[in-house]
Amino acid sequence: MLSDRDYLLTIRGLTKTFSGVKALDNVELTVREGEVHALMGENGAGKSTLMKILMGLLSPDSGEITLEGQALKNGSVNEAMKRGIAMIHQEIMAVPELTVAQNIFLGRETTGGLFGWLNDNRLNQQAKQLLDQIGVSIRPDTQMKYLSVAEMQMVEIARAISNDARVIIMDEPTSALSDKEVTTLFGIIRDLKQKGVAIIYISHKMDEIFTIADTITVLRDGQYIGTRPAAKLDIDTLIAMMVGRQLDSLFPESTIRTGKEVLAVRQLSRAGVFSDVSFTVHEGEVLGIAGLMGAGRTEIARAIFGLDRISSGEIRIKGQPVTIRSPQDAIQHGIGYVSEDRKGWGFVPRLSVKQNITLASLQTYASGLLIREKSETEAATKLIADLRIKTAGPDQEVMYLSGGNQQKVVIAKVLLASPDVIILDEPTRGIDIGAKAEIYKLINQLKANGIAIVIISSELPEILGLSDRILVLTKGKQTAMLSREEATQETIMAYAMHY
Amino acid sequence: MKNAIDTYFKPVRESYKTRVSRLGKAGIFVAFIVICVILSLVTPRFLTVPNLMIIVTQVSINALLAFGVTFVIITGGIDLSLGSMVAVTGVVAALFARQDTYPVIVPVLAGLLSGVLFGAFNGFVITRSKVPPFIVTLGTMTIGRGLALILSKGRPISNLSDSFNFIGGGQVLGVPMPIIILISMFAVCSVILKKTVLGRYMYAVGGNEQATRASGIQISNIKMAVYTMSGLLAALAGIVLTSRITTGQPNAGAGFELDAIAAAIIGGTSTSGGTGTMTGTLIGALLIGVISNGLDLLNVSSYYQQVVMGVIIIGAVVLDSVNRK
Repeated sequence: MLSDRDYLLTIRGLTKTFSGVKALDNVELTVREGEVHALMGENGAGKSTLMKILMGLLSPDSGEITLEGQALKNGSVNEAMKRGIAMIHQEIMAVPELTVAQNIFLGRETTGGLFGWLNDNRLNQQAKQLLDQIGVSIRPDTQMKYLSVAEMQMVEIARAISNDARVIIMDEPTSALSDKEVTTLFGIIRDLKQKGVAIIYISHKMDEIFTIADTITVLRDGQYIGTRPAAKLDIDTLIAMMVGRQLDSLFPESTIRTGKEVLAVRQLSRAGVFSDVSFTVHEGEVLGIAGLMGAGRTEIARAIFGLDRISSGEIRIKGQPVTIRSPQDAIQHGIGYVSEDRKGWGFVPRLSVKQNITLASLQTYASGLLIREKSETEAATKLIADLRIKTAGPDQEVMYLSGGNQQKVVIAKVLLASPDVIILDEPTRGIDIGAKAEIYKLINQLKANGIAIVIISSELPEILGLSDRILVLTKGKQTAMLSREEATQETIMAYAMHY
Repeated sequence: MKNAIDTYFKPVRESYKTRVSRLGKAGIFVAFIVICVILSLVTPRFLTVPNLMIIVTQVSINALLAFGVTFVIITGGIDLSLGSMVAVTGVVAALFARQDTYPVIVPVLAGLLSGVLFGAFNGFVITRSKVPPFIVTLGTMTIGRGLALILSKGRPISNLSDSFNFIGGGQVLGVPMPIIILISMFAVCSVILKKTVLGRYMYAVGGNEQATRASGIQISNIKMAVYTMSGLLAALAGIVLTSRITTGQPNAGAGFELDAIAAAIIGGTSTSGGTGTMTGTLIGALLIGVISNGLDLLNVSSYYQQVVMGVIIIGAVVLDSVNRK
């Protein structure tokens, strides 16, 4: 057994609570020098919270972090950077107009002369040395905006090295890379290992994990599940560790009594995003769409709702082929869409609860140009009561509601336009467990009322608990259509990773 | 778990932010009253019916422009071409308003139509291109000025008919025409903003364009409407101004857009869109008028007046940004 002294980085007993919900509960992570340590878990398992705490972006409620035998001050980005913790972000954070060299040394420019002049030549030379070290040939004087995502990532790595990073966190580093670029990245990672740098590697891609990781730590629902050497672990055991949770009573029982076909999608494609997706949803049926991040789930929903164009394929509503070019068309054809991005696409924060609820069907509550305020208020008040939206009143601005109630306002808006089919994209993302349960109940009510429902979710228990059938996607292609009986977390994960 | 449910079911109280923001909205009104009281105490000439008539008449042109730009700013846009539209529409009206040519309705309709076309052009370019409204209307501001000079051949157009000159200079039952126009337009614009579907959509577009689009609303129609209405109101202002100075002036209205935007902002319209009221804008315009009138009465040099005005604009925006936090 190794003692803490043998580790470069140790995290012990870390707990973090967000408004009463434990995001991390007594979590530990121990990383040795020169190892690639994969951090695994489903979406929402607590990986990003843990990494944010390590980077000093969040303060933990309790627990301690030790780096090279010395405690790391909590909640200080500066301290984390100074002590050599660096992160390569999923979305590259760089200044596109500046050069590669200027980006690498941003905030740490070497200056010279009496007036502290910048010396771009010297900056370029230093940058070149760094880039050579990791074996990439990017001209240091190129503007960042001309680089590919892969190249930008290499620059980020160079920046981390120039900071004397001891621990580099890589969050889904290959999500935008081609196979060849992945090989280059893995080469660089192996070089970094040689130099004693530890890599914390976050990815959903199993094949990558088993190629590059030495050790694997699994989190689930904010709990530490275990740490194993990668060589002693197989995919099935790993998946079981990640998802091994019982479906709880969050999901009310519902009987399947499906009616006529409402929405049918045939060979739907959007060039470069998803292709040949086909499915049907019937009255009173819930179709779940599962897949990993970037599998194209949201993109399919957006295309059906007319927010993005399709390049080929057909959409039928109640058997009739329809053309959908805009959300107006979609709403007219009885399609409702609750976006995964509540703040961005869901509600207008400064409008009241009432005004948000009636936004998509305001014409119904107007005679000519004038809004009939009484009937508008009546309609909104009824939905506020039906959906149990906690608000000071229909005139409260939506920005002051909790996330769960904001989500209910968005759902109310969609429902008021009386859709025949509703697409719910991550309907419970970022809302607490009480509101979640209510939304599940609501979904079953809608189902009972004969509305066809498509639900997209990254949370497998949610998909399994609600869906009658489950469509699984990988990289924009459908890999399975599972019945409720066939579907388990393991089968879904297997198809989603398509191994 | 119990904790989470407790948090969830905690009744929603009116938040601190709501209260501060309400105070902010009342703040401009309170400031206006306070300034009026102070001015009536220090100069007896301030609170007299003739003086108040003068103030409101002077304010009317700026207020008409400010109403239009309030629509625009609520949707998250801006209109810098207001002053040039005043010049173009004034010149167009004047061309048809010369003594013994057409009945008064012709120059009025011609002026309004030119404003509608100008505004619609702004709206068209803004909705069809991805160029920000700031740039588009900066361009049309220059275009408009040029058009006014072309149409008037660079010279003022005078010798206008008496019936046309009545619009800006006449009185009905002792009330100057510009005040009557101002009050009726205030009523119309308030109703549009508060009571109509279009008004609601303006707030929605400015508050969250994406969510509005996802609610099945055609964003470009709303934007076309607000820039067109801004053009229409600018035309009305152009007609009133031309009639008041009894001359079509191609150089009229320079810089008016800034006063109009200032009135809207002082009145609580946020430049980031989604908020604003016509009452606020009216008070903003009146505040600007009252301050410059009061400072005139106190013999304060117009140089200092500009400094004061600038401070008030910044103060109003600071207040707004505090509200938003």
